Amino acid sequence: MILAKVVGTVVTTISHPDYKNRRLLVVQPLGLEGDKPDEDFIALDNTHAGIGDTVLINREGNGARQVLRNPDACVISVIVGIVDTVYLETG
Amino acid sequence: MLFGRVKGTAVCTLKYPGTEGLKLLIVQPLNKRLEPLGPLQVAADTVDAGPGDLCVMVRSREAALAMPLVKFVPIDLALVGIVDELEVRPDSSFDFTLKPGRNAFT
Repeated sequence: MILAKVVGTVVTTISHPDYKNRRLLVVQPLGLEGDKPDEDFIALDNTHAGIGDTVLINREGNGARQVLRNPDACVISVIVGIVDTVYLETG
Repeated sequence: MLFGRVKGTAVCTLKYPGTEGLKLLIVQPLNKRLEPLGPLQVAADTVDAGPGDLCVMVRSREAALAMPLVKFVPIDLALVGIVDELEVRPDSSFDFTLKPGRNAFT
């Protein structure tokens, strides 16, 4: 799973049934200082996260299918948690 | 999942069995600022997207799972949503770096 910041929202009225018009959020992965941040991508919102939240994202289809309880869901990235604090070892 | 702009269509009379009847669209993958991201690609359409539409796409195995009937087909990119509204805040309003020690986000 990865840590990312929610930077945008996407509204799609016409979408694949597996998405059931759920909210899609644009997310940008976090990185260490000096790292070039990874590419942004879209994740399915499962925890009512909003813009500015730091979230935990599962980027593997199988995990997404378990979260959505749909064995055939065509979803890769699902937001599985909203992060309060991250403690990073120095050194 | 990522953004894609529909640029055109591809018609294939000879196709892998199971992919008959799937509309193939030429798409330009885009990032959050809707800037091009790599070369044009071909995506299978599941939402009747038209030329110029901004869509949500899904890659790899999940693209095959998005197909309506046969889900075991060699499709690795599918359009799964047509974007109606998009709001993306500028990078300046966020801090994407994880600092050593305690990072409190809420």
